[in-house]
Amino acid sequence: MSNELKLLSTKVTAGTMTRREFMSKAAALGVTAAVASTILADAAYAAGPVKGGTFRMGVSGGESTNSQDPATWASDAPLAGGFIWGEALVYPGPNGLEPKVAESWEGSNAAKTWRFKVRKGITFSDGTAVTAEDVLATMQRHSNEDSKSGALGIMKGIESMRTDGDVFELTLVIGNADLPYLMADYHLIIQPNGGFDNPAAAIGTGLYTLETDEPGVRMTFKKNPNHWAADEMGHYDEVELIVLNDATARTAALQSGQVDTVNRVEPKIAKLLGRAPTIDVKTTSGRGHYVFIAHVDTAPFDNNELRLALKHAMNRQEMVDKILQGYGSVGNDMPINEAYPLFDETIPQRSFDLEKAAAHYKASGHDGSPIILRTADGAFPGAVDAAALFQQTCQAAGIPLEIKREPNDGYWSEVWNVQPYCASYWGGRPVQDQMYSTAYLSSADWNDTRWKRPEFDAMLLEARAELDEGKRKEIYSKMGRMLNEEGGVMVPMFNDFVDGLSTEIQGWETNPSGPQMYWYAFAKTWKA
Amino acid sequence: MHPILKLVAQRLSLGILLLFAASALLFGLTEVLPGDAAQAQLGQSATPENLANLREEMGLNRPAITRYAEWIGGILTGDMGNALSNKLPIGEQIGKRLGATMFLAFWAALISVPVAIMLGLVAVRYLNRWPDKVISGSTLAAISLPEFMIAYILIFVFAVKLGWAPSFANVPPDMPLLEKLHSISLPIAVLTMVVLAHMMRMTRAAILNVMQSAYIETAELKGLSSFEVIRKHAFPNAVAPIVNVVMINLAYLVVGVVVVEAVFAYPGMGQYLVDAVVKRDVPVVLTSGIIFSAVYIILNMIADIVSILSNPRLRHPK
Repeated sequence: MSNELKLLSTKVTAGTMTRREFMSKAAALGVTAAVASTILADAAYAAGPVKGGTFRMGVSGGESTNSQDPATWASDAPLAGGFIWGEALVYPGPNGLEPKVAESWEGSNAAKTWRFKVRKGITFSDGTAVTAEDVLATMQRHSNEDSKSGALGIMKGIESMRTDGDVFELTLVIGNADLPYLMADYHLIIQPNGGFDNPAAAIGTGLYTLETDEPGVRMTFKKNPNHWAADEMGHYDEVELIVLNDATARTAALQSGQVDTVNRVEPKIAKLLGRAPTIDVKTTSGRGHYVFIAHVDTAPFDNNELRLALKHAMNRQEMVDKILQGYGSVGNDMPINEAYPLFDETIPQRSFDLEKAAAHYKASGHDGSPIILRTADGAFPGAVDAAALFQQTCQAAGIPLEIKREPNDGYWSEVWNVQPYCASYWGGRPVQDQMYSTAYLSSADWNDTRWKRPEFDAMLLEARAELDEGKRKEIYSKMGRMLNEEGGVMVPMFNDFVDGLSTEIQGWETNPSGPQMYWYAFAKTWKA
Repeated sequence: MHPILKLVAQRLSLGILLLFAASALLFGLTEVLPGDAAQAQLGQSATPENLANLREEMGLNRPAITRYAEWIGGILTGDMGNALSNKLPIGEQIGKRLGATMFLAFWAALISVPVAIMLGLVAVRYLNRWPDKVISGSTLAAISLPEFMIAYILIFVFAVKLGWAPSFANVPPDMPLLEKLHSISLPIAVLTMVVLAHMMRMTRAAILNVMQSAYIETAELKGLSSFEVIRKHAFPNAVAPIVNVVMINLAYLVVGVVVVEAVFAYPGMGQYLVDAVVKRDVPVVLTSGIIFSAVYIILNMIADIVSILSNPRLRHPK
């Protein structure tokens, strides 16, 4: 790179020259636009974060029924907004848990007792100090017997909670080495008096404060100068979250420069979009996966030979190629992949083998009556097409799979977790323990495959309290293999998160916990 | 009593009865739908405990009749209550949403109605010649394309390629009027194209019908220019069917634009109603439904009154 260009690029980062001027001067020096653009980006990155500007996010997954009460959050827009105005005790960053309201934490008594030290001197956006009592009240609101919280499912197994000075202490019935990860759940935003007084007030300890809120339309935020990390994070003056549920509207807004980033770029247009000169497409392999779930206690799915026949008859690679357009990876009939800590890579991959499928089908002695698979467009994107692909390969193996298409409306209350065989998805969890406890423990409310094995439960509890990582990995490996061989869950694919981003945005990093740097792009990126 | 006033009074009282019937129907239908507001809110994260607690809080455990009576009582006393889902006051939310919908409908109507009628007149004047064919062909082409398709094409050309208009219609309350109009320029264009053909074709057909009459021939014989004949003699006699179709299209602009709202992320009533149905937020569904019904009833009444006023035989019944 010529010295002149270098000088010019530093001028841009220092703000004394516009990007347009730089590009035309670079062109005058005989440098192509693409190269000039890269030089500029490198310079911007090297110069470190630039302060100021407005970060505009186009987000799919917002409704006019949304509330700012964290207990009600179930879709992307409210939880993305929640991360902007609030913080939980900890946040699942790309390299493990990051301290937020909790400054530090430690477990003792075989991971039964956990102490979270509340950060000193931090305040809520209304100016009141954050105390351990606020943390305690928050946890109570999400776990007491009147709780209406979506987090109630993960707050089970707590024996007692108390405060001790600036420490919030929690004691579990059974030890859990992963407990801090549970505290990172997006519902558990710390609120003044736990949000008992006014749960939807949007008062938290976040990097920004909520300015306007039009449910299902937009939210705007202003920088909170009193945040404890205001200098290192939250480089923008303002953040705007615009709900754009229509996929084409989202893409158009990004292309026309009305927003700086969008979530859920449709896989079928991702490659084309990435070719646009001002847009980057970012993919993140996550823990979310699409599933076909069979109840292992209901005929004909109570027969493992039949389950194996179906598992072998599924052409996973074809589904990844055609349903995800390559933005994903093949599943292996267990809810865990390499994005999880303590994953065992040596578990053999289930093969697509029609002969084996036919043999298992024969061994199952199924009477030949149609095996009904229920699906809907809302089960996961492309669920109806995936079911059709599955049906065709099943047919080739002589398995009479029949597809029943259900309406999206009411799918989660009438079909999922009710009907014996249907399509669904899981968003994934930060750690294996939580994924297994959520859906594969005998007593779990969301045990959507009716997988009830005392030996599996015992292994799960053993691993939970085991502090030696080598031993935990071994136990998790056994559990994974067991589900792979006998489980009712058939996992054709793990889906990537696909985000669209303006090339102006710097500092992007991937976080397997979710899309949009798990919604922390507003805090960690800046505009070059 | 003047027969027109009598008619208005009759229509209004009938309209109120109709509104009650509509609300009962809406309530019945939302009750029949599977799931309830608590289930819809918790979705995949429902457990038996939080579901029961939420149902208790939302008051869903009470009999359907009690809930319906409570809602009716609220409406009659002017209190629309709070949404089940986010507990925000429905009146305030609807105020904003309805305002946005009316704003869009008003500007779309302001452009499309005169343009449609003018084009209809021009088409009749140049019947079966190229202006007529161009007008009929282009408006029919516009109505034949699904509205979201027109929207996508306009977005691609005018927002993405040319950068003249924003691709989504963001209208915060504090935005100046001109900026708001710029913001909704593409949705207005789409709606205009969608409603134009219907009104224009009806104008053309109604006037053509009148053009066969003997008095038109007289007007022509006394030497009026053909446009004058249409404007002065044919159009006033063709007003009734034109007003009817204009009103139907105005009603559509208020209650039927949910697709356009979705594509342009416009915060109108349609999206509000759809979200409420998905989340089984019955009070919101009922209130929005009543407003939509009222819009239809009122616009239809206006159409009928105008038809009567424009027709001397109906104006002075024997």
